[in-house]
Amino acid sequence: MFRFIVRRLLQLVPSLLGLSVLLFIWLRRLPGGPERALLGERATPEKVAQIRAMLGLDQPIYIQYGKFMRRLLELDFGNSIQTGRPVSDEFVERFPATIELTIVAMIIAIGVGIPLGFLAARRHGRLLDTASVGASILGICIPVFFLAYLLKFVFALNLHLLPTQGRLTSGLQRTDVTGFYVLDGMMTREWDVVADALLHLILPGLALASIPLAIIVRMTRASVLEVLSEDYVRTAEAKGLTEKVVKRRHILRNALLPVVTAIGLLTGGLLSGAVLTESVFALNGVGSFIKDAIFYSDYPGLMGFVLIFAIVYVMVNLVVDLSYSVIDPRVRVR
Amino acid sequence: MSLAAPGRKADKIDRLAELAALEDETGRSLWQETFARLRHNPMAIIGGVIVTLFVLLSVIGPLLAPYSPTAQTWREETSIAQGLFPGPRAENLLGVDQLGRDFFSRMLIGARQSLLVGVVATLLGFAVGTLLGAVSGAAAGLGGHRGRWLDNTLMRCTDMLLALPSLLLAISVAALLGRSLVTVMIAVGVVQIPIFARLLRGSMIAQANGDYVLAARSLGVRRWRIAANHVIPNSLGPVIVQATLTLATAIIEAAALSYLGLGNPDPSTPEWGVMLADAQVFLDVRPEWAFYPAAGIIITALGFTLLGEALREALDPKLRK
Repeated sequence: MFRFIVRRLLQLVPSLLGLSVLLFIWLRRLPGGPERALLGERATPEKVAQIRAMLGLDQPIYIQYGKFMRRLLELDFGNSIQTGRPVSDEFVERFPATIELTIVAMIIAIGVGIPLGFLAARRHGRLLDTASVGASILGICIPVFFLAYLLKFVFALNLHLLPTQGRLTSGLQRTDVTGFYVLDGMMTREWDVVADALLHLILPGLALASIPLAIIVRMTRASVLEVLSEDYVRTAEAKGLTEKVVKRRHILRNALLPVVTAIGLLTGGLLSGAVLTESVFALNGVGSFIKDAIFYSDYPGLMGFVLIFAIVYVMVNLVVDLSYSVIDPRVRVR
Repeated sequence: MSLAAPGRKADKIDRLAELAALEDETGRSLWQETFARLRHNPMAIIGGVIVTLFVLLSVIGPLLAPYSPTAQTWREETSIAQGLFPGPRAENLLGVDQLGRDFFSRMLIGARQSLLVGVVATLLGFAVGTLLGAVSGAAAGLGGHRGRWLDNTLMRCTDMLLALPSLLLAISVAALLGRSLVTVMIAVGVVQIPIFARLLRGSMIAQANGDYVLAARSLGVRRWRIAANHVIPNSLGPVIVQATLTLATAIIEAAALSYLGLGNPDPSTPEWGVMLADAQVFLDVRPEWAFYPAAGIIITALGFTLLGEALREALDPKLRK
């Protein structure tokens, strides 16, 4: 197990190195450049040259890369050009918002998706089954940002039921511990903060959950249907085990294997959705930072955020692979 | 009794023809059988009808459009400051947009752009992805030790593409190439490359263990011929399903890029994604401006998705009788 983890982490190194070289070259070819973003279109050539020298952009690209990598070894990602603050600080500050959003979205997607998929499979061919399959196909076809707007339009602007902007109602006092508003509120027993932060997460969470939810419902359904016709399920029923035991030990445990893999892949893909959802609901998370960073040609900012996110993505998939061996005793990690 | 008797010969030809006809009935190819099964699947029929209508619309839409999509004919009647826009009426079926252009005409003409983005992006992802996947799959399944090395290198490359969130990758491409319709197509297509590559590779490796591959190898057929004539045709099923589903994703991703301000800036070629993105500003006054193009995108995506799902079911050997 330990050796498996180490080997997987070592395999990560060449991928990330390659990714960093590609990104580095790529980002420096983006039109505009940070000096334009900082000084505007009408900057004098001397000023531009000065800024470029200050940022080290006048040196050959391999020297720039070498410097970047040396600082990276000390976990220094440089300063963000759009805000002037260290990239790592920006990340630490914004990461909790995105994680909260992603967790809420995944809780909705898993919490609704697996039971619904299971029920649909048990009632195969009946109304609930047809409806959930139809709804999940529709869910994949709705653009995330449009769904976000639709939810905002219906629940917030017309019905005035839920907040539409930011992470907390302005004016509400909170004590900062970890940056996770919900967690902080629980730790400091500020229950009004917990409730308020959760209310702010409902709509963005729903919008972000739509695609993973749709996929999880269909995967669970298909997987359960396949397991239901297995001989061991019939055997288990025939030897008189209660329905509950058969359901939990024989059907769900086997059916959930492919679903768990999909959940890992979906979690990584959620960042794409988060970029869109965060900007619709004005949440100051990683997604909205990346969106702005592109328009400001914020090289260090983009570089740092994308690299950290790629690492997070790979970690999530590692955890998924490990959880495989917990769910399925036949899988022994080597 | 000679075999050359005229009556007999005709008889024989008839029998042969009969036999040939019989063979036609029983020995259907995979695709013939798939098509036959699709015809009985309601999902495929609904999807097919939607897709056909959409393609038809994108072909004849510009001819049907009563007005030019760019002519600001009713400019005087609109006022952004006062939120004054003529609603649906006899001359403008869906009303007039913020610049005084006929919304209905723009919707009709937008269909073509959306289809174009979807098809070109999918073709790009499909072509490059299957090429990579075919090389990698052939190398891994049939190539021996050196093949595995090639396969590993190619797959590490696709891993790098997959390590980036898809929208981020598309945004980078779009930022690199500048705003245009072609950019959107490339940005959306590039994201699909690793998916097609992985899919075809996996499918080919599974096929490479088949008895027919062993048979071909023992007959001394060259490896690249086995790959081209036997393994690839048998591995294409899931890739084609994915391509159909990608048509839907591509149209949606293009809309997302437009929303982020990276869409086609050319106002003379309206596109549903750009129209939807533009409508967000007027959501309070004219929510229907968002709903019409959104409905267009959703229904089209639904058509392709239904067709893709039906195709997947039809090609699934477990569901085949």
